[in-house]
Amino acid sequence: MIVQGLAFYMFAAVAVAAAVMVVSARNPVHSVLFLILAFFNAAGLFILMGAEFIAMILVVVYVGAVAVLFLFVVMMLDISFSELRQGFLQYLPMGGLVGVVLLAELLTIVAGWLISPQVGEVRAHPTPPMDQLTNTHAIGRILYTDYVYLFQAAGMVLLVAMIGAIVLTLRSREGVKKQRIATQLARRREDSVEIKKVQPGSGI
Amino acid sequence: MQMLQIGLSHYLAVAAILFTIGIFGIFLNRKNVIIILMSVELILLAVNINLVAFSVHLQDLTGQIFAMLVLTVAAAEAAIGLAIIVVYFRNRGTIAVEDINVMKG
Repeated sequence: MIVQGLAFYMFAAVAVAAAVMVVSARNPVHSVLFLILAFFNAAGLFILMGAEFIAMILVVVYVGAVAVLFLFVVMMLDISFSELRQGFLQYLPMGGLVGVVLLAELLTIVAGWLISPQVGEVRAHPTPPMDQLTNTHAIGRILYTDYVYLFQAAGMVLLVAMIGAIVLTLRSREGVKKQRIATQLARRREDSVEIKKVQPGSGI
Repeated sequence: MQMLQIGLSHYLAVAAILFTIGIFGIFLNRKNVIIILMSVELILLAVNINLVAFSVHLQDLTGQIFAMLVLTVAAAEAAIGLAIIVVYFRNRGTIAVEDINVMKG
């Protein structure tokens, strides 16, 4: 129990510190790296809760795909980020005020929270005991049966996002030399080779 | 010892703090749209922590399914958002939020 508590505080503290660095780092590349750190520690929190599958998905999807995508875009764009940081201190008081008020409200809600004792009767999909069925297995059992339409819809969202990203960023550039195999195969000898009779001593 | 008993409210507190940092980041970096997108990712992460914490506490797996769907939408949003940024940068040479005013009525 003590180890669990200490692990929770470690993961939570590092996640929050990394999140603070994400929004306050001077260099956006550092921001992305701190974002990765925050996601890793959130995955640690999920493992502590016993949701291993979501934790692994978080590492694979966020760290492996989203964060790397951010990293590529940040490095690809040639922008002076120091210009974008102007006005940082100007927005600090207002943002800090909003943040403190929001946090106080949220924590008030968390502290005043009570869960109804009848909640056990309205469970849609009770978690099976861990020693009988692993978390991944249990999720698979309901994801591919009860939530199969939502699962398909999620796949469709990803497909549309992929096509959209490709359509947005695709451009046809002029003057790029590419191999066109059809044109190469359609070439005939008559089109490309010209035979000339050369008289000796006269040249062409 | 009481502090080391980790319950639902601890996880909700962490999620609330992460959510607030995300909101704060949007206020703080009003010119840099990439950091704004990262703040949105932080907010979605906080939502996911909330969903999974309640799912575990109430012994109901539905929350974890929905956390996965939120993850899907977050990934799609990041891909589209970054694609828009790349296209915008290619056309205008800047991504400062205040310069993005072509569609102003």
